[in-house]
This record gives sequence, C-alpha cells and structure tokens, in this order.
Amino acid sequence: MTLEPIIRVDHLTHTYGEGTPFCRSAVKDVCLDIYPGEFLGMIGHTGSGKSTLIQHLNGLLKPTGGRILFHGRDIWADGAKIRDIRFKVGLVFQYPEYQLFEETVGKDIAFGPRNMGLEGDALQERVEEAAGFVGLPAELLDKSPFELSGGQKRRVAIAGVIAMMPEVLILDEPSAGLDPAGRDSLLQNIRSYHEATGGTVVLVSHSMDEVAENADRIAVLADAGVALCGTPREVFSHGEELEAVGLTVPQVTKVAMELHRRGVDIDPAVYTIEELHRALSALRRGGAPC
Amino acid sequence: MKDMIQTKSLTFHYPVEEGEPAPNVLRGVDLTIEQGSFVVILGHNGSGKSTLAKHMNAVLVPSAGQVLVDGLDTAEEENTLDVRRCVGMVFQNPDNQIVANVVEEDVAFGPENLGVPTEEIARRVTESLQAVGMEEFALHAPHLLSGGQKQRVAIAGVIAMEPMCIVLDESTAMLDPSGRREVLETVGRLNREKGITVVLITHHMSEAVDADRVIVMDNGRVAMDGPPMEILTQVERLRQLGLAAPPTVLLLSALQKDGWDVSLEALTVESCADEICRALGA
Repeated sequence: MTLEPIIRVDHLTHTYGEGTPFCRSAVKDVCLDIYPGEFLGMIGHTGSGKSTLIQHLNGLLKPTGGRILFHGRDIWADGAKIRDIRFKVGLVFQYPEYQLFEETVGKDIAFGPRNMGLEGDALQERVEEAAGFVGLPAELLDKSPFELSGGQKRRVAIAGVIAMMPEVLILDEPSAGLDPAGRDSLLQNIRSYHEATGGTVVLVSHSMDEVAENADRIAVLADAGVALCGTPREVFSHGEELEAVGLTVPQVTKVAMELHRRGVDIDPAVYTIEELHRALSALRRGGAPC
Repeated sequence: MKDMIQTKSLTFHYPVEEGEPAPNVLRGVDLTIEQGSFVVILGHNGSGKSTLAKHMNAVLVPSAGQVLVDGLDTAEEENTLDVRRCVGMVFQNPDNQIVANVVEEDVAFGPENLGVPTEEIARRVTESLQAVGMEEFALHAPHLLSGGQKQRVAIAGVIAMEPMCIVLDESTAMLDPSGRREVLETVGRLNREKGITVVLITHHMSEAVDADRVIVMDNGRVAMDGPPMEILTQVERLRQLGLAAPPTVLLLSALQKDGWDVSLEALTVESCADEICRALGA
C-alpha cells in the first residue's frame, strides 16, 4: 500500500511497574501501520498486549519506549494537543455499558461532542445520527440508560464515541457477552458505520470468526508483539503458527485444512462458510474424487 | 441415577412496585438434572437461562412452583445453607468473585465460612488448586492473573466447599479461546473424575458439543432438550431461537440444500470432513 498511514505505531514499548518485582513489558518493540478507511481486526489471547497497545493509540497511556504517530506527527510531541487526539481517535472500552452515567440516553451520547464544544441543534443532530448508526430507536433517547437491556446499553456507549465523529474508531471486544443474534446485529451496525462514513475502524476481538467476517486486514498479537499481519487469507494460511500462539483458526478453515490434508483440492485458507461452500460446489461440478 | 436438581412448574418474576405489571421471566420450567451429568443450557440474552441458573443454589427462589436440590426445597429458609453447600456457583465476571489478596486465601474463603477445621481447609485448598491446575499460583495475587486463571481460582473456591454440583453462569463469556478451553477442560475433568454434576450456562454453541445433554431456553421456557447431536443439528429451529448451529453443521446444511447426500450429524471438524469426502467420493 502506498497510502500514508493514519496511525503509525513506531517501535512501541510499554513496561508496567518498572523498578518493581512485577516489572513486565506488555508491549515490546511493536511496529504497526493503520491506514485511513481500513477495517483492521486485531486479535490476540489475554495478556498478548492488545489492550495496552490500543490505549496508546489515543494517548491514554504514554509509551515507555517508541512513538505513536497520528498523520505523521508524534502525539506526545506537544503535550497540550493530546486532548485533541482523544477526540480524533475514539476508543470504546470493553464492557463500555458500565461507564454510562447520565440521566438520559441522549445526554449520555451527547457528553463527548458537548465536550468538544458542540451545542444546540448541531449537538442534537450528532446524537441522533450516532444513535442511528448503532440501531437505537429515537424513542429511547429520553429514557434512563439504566432502564435498557445490556445490549442496548452497550450500543449507547458506542454511540457516545461515534458522536464525536472520530477519524479512527477503536472497539475493544464490542461483542463480548452478547448472544449470536445480538453479536451479528451489532457487527452489522459497525460495518454499516464503516461503509457510510469511510472512517477507519479497529476491531479488537478474540474471536477469529468475527474478525474473519469483518476485517480487511488482521493483526495478530502474541507475546507483546505483532506475530502476523495481513489479509484474513494470508493470516489464516498460517494455521499452525496461530495455534502455537494460543489462537485458533475459524472452524471453517479447520475443515478446509482437514480436507486439504486428505488430498481434496481445496484452498486451506478459506475462512467463511459461503466460500468453502462455493469451492466445494465447484469441485463437485468438476467431478474431483476424494 | 439420583436427581440432583429438579424444577417443578418453576415460575419467576422479579419484584416490582405494587400495581405494576410483573412479567414472568420463567414461565413453568420442568426439568430434572441427574447427578453426575454434564448439562449445557443455551439461550439468547433474555431467554431466562441465567435466572434459571440462579434458582439452582437459592440465589433466587421461585415466585410459583418448586425447586428441589438434592431433595431439599430451596424456598425453605432453613435449607438455604445446605442447598449452597450442595451446589456451587461460578459467575460471569472473574473480577466480581475474588475476595482475598492471595489466591490460597481466596480459595479458603468458602470452607472457612462453612466452619471447616483449619487442617482440613489446608488440604482442601491444596487439592482444589491442583484440580484446576493452579497450585503453583497459591501465593500469587489474584488481580495479576489472566481472566481464565481467575475463573479457575473461582472454580477452585467452589470445589473447596466440596459441592455435588457446580453451576457456571456464563463463566466463559468474558474469556478468550484459551481461557475458555482452560475452564471447560477443568470442569470436564471434575465431572469425569470426581463425578461432580456440571450445569454450564452459555451462548457458545461449541461448548455444548461434549455435553451429555443440551437444553435451549426461550422466553422463560424450555424450547429444546436432548443430546448435543440432536439439538445442534436443527439449523432452522436454532436460528428461530436466536442461536446459530455450529459452522460444521451450517456448511453441511448448505451443501445438503444443493442436493449433496450428506448428514448434518457432524459436530467435529473430522466428522464434517468425513461427510464431505464420502459425498465427493460417491
């Protein structure tokens, strides 16, 4: 890609508890480019450093080594500007529903943009638009967030970040704890948001299936570093390496790998049911034996 | 087999202000869970599965109907302690159920409260930590452990009370695949080796594959009940209930619709590959 990255992670290191017996580098010498308009999936098991990494992207954590560049500029070069970065790189934490605090859903969503200086109709418009993106019906805006279901609360929290119209939207495990129907509908909302705004989305997940279905590119984190980075197909063609770092390839890829191993002429890196279905249909039409 | 947990026309609504409508979260659940079995309860959010779980150790008691745990009526207050000694519960968020600053003290918390003698507590703590593979962390601080490790400590704390049954209420929902595997392997082993009854509440279909029995909840009622092979292969019915069949079954179902002669009864990668090869070879 010849595009300039919107965010460049440049030899980032973060060490917790330096000078104590618990001293540990959660992120070690990581380099990663995030491009404007892409949908990047970030995956890694617990303790792989992904939460520490994303908290650097909007300046919540300060690198103990290396730099974070936003549009080519070190975000810590001028300490006073870090507040702007937080508006431009919106971070939705894990279980964001625990962070709701306002009297009404509308006020909660308005909190971020209001802090950016928006008011009146412009603010109201922003709130309604953000609520629309996450599929929250307008009549919920006057309700207390605490009257909503868990899934709805999570949508409110995500809308609160979308309402700031960040250039980069980072979501840490947005579907954790949701049932399959809730998960699919939330991810569909995020995809539509991405398509409608052309904004950059970073989806952190530990579900391979989830990133496979949504991301243009996947970064796999392991042992405080980036182990693999590429298109889903490139990443899933390293099935054994993924398993070695405690991750698994999607079930469908496992079936394809197994068929490939048995001599069936199938690309072992396919990762969606539709794709494998198509490949098998083509194979059968060709009359290939097993 | 002896009945571990029995619910009879179990109905429940959360308390409301007088005059307000009280919607039933459970509407007549009749279930018998046999001692020593491994039961997975599935259902979308709001189906009532967690509310049902909370009735299994008297965290909640029925609004109508009855719950018997090892023959004891959970609604009788004098039975509460015995019921909780019998059925241990592991919750969703590992950070909400750790109480001490050192792992072994956390595991000792339950038996201490049961008035178990000190030497006996020491034995149980050691054995429980061994059972979940966390013995080398006995003197560690729980907040520095991973999510999967914390859940295993929480399970050790439950095992230390020597319950006959463990109920896991979405205890894997916040874990990554390896943490989830750690917890599942741990409870699977406790079930096989110690004969502890396991009731696992989840919406991860993959966790149901190895169960003895799968129950699907919907709208406060039991919608499906049977062995995994029978339940997980019902693609359409599961979709109606807000769940998805395993990817292997979905793939075979798509092929079947195209006229492939394949059976949907393939819950593992190997059996799915077997079916496809057989059909291709034919």
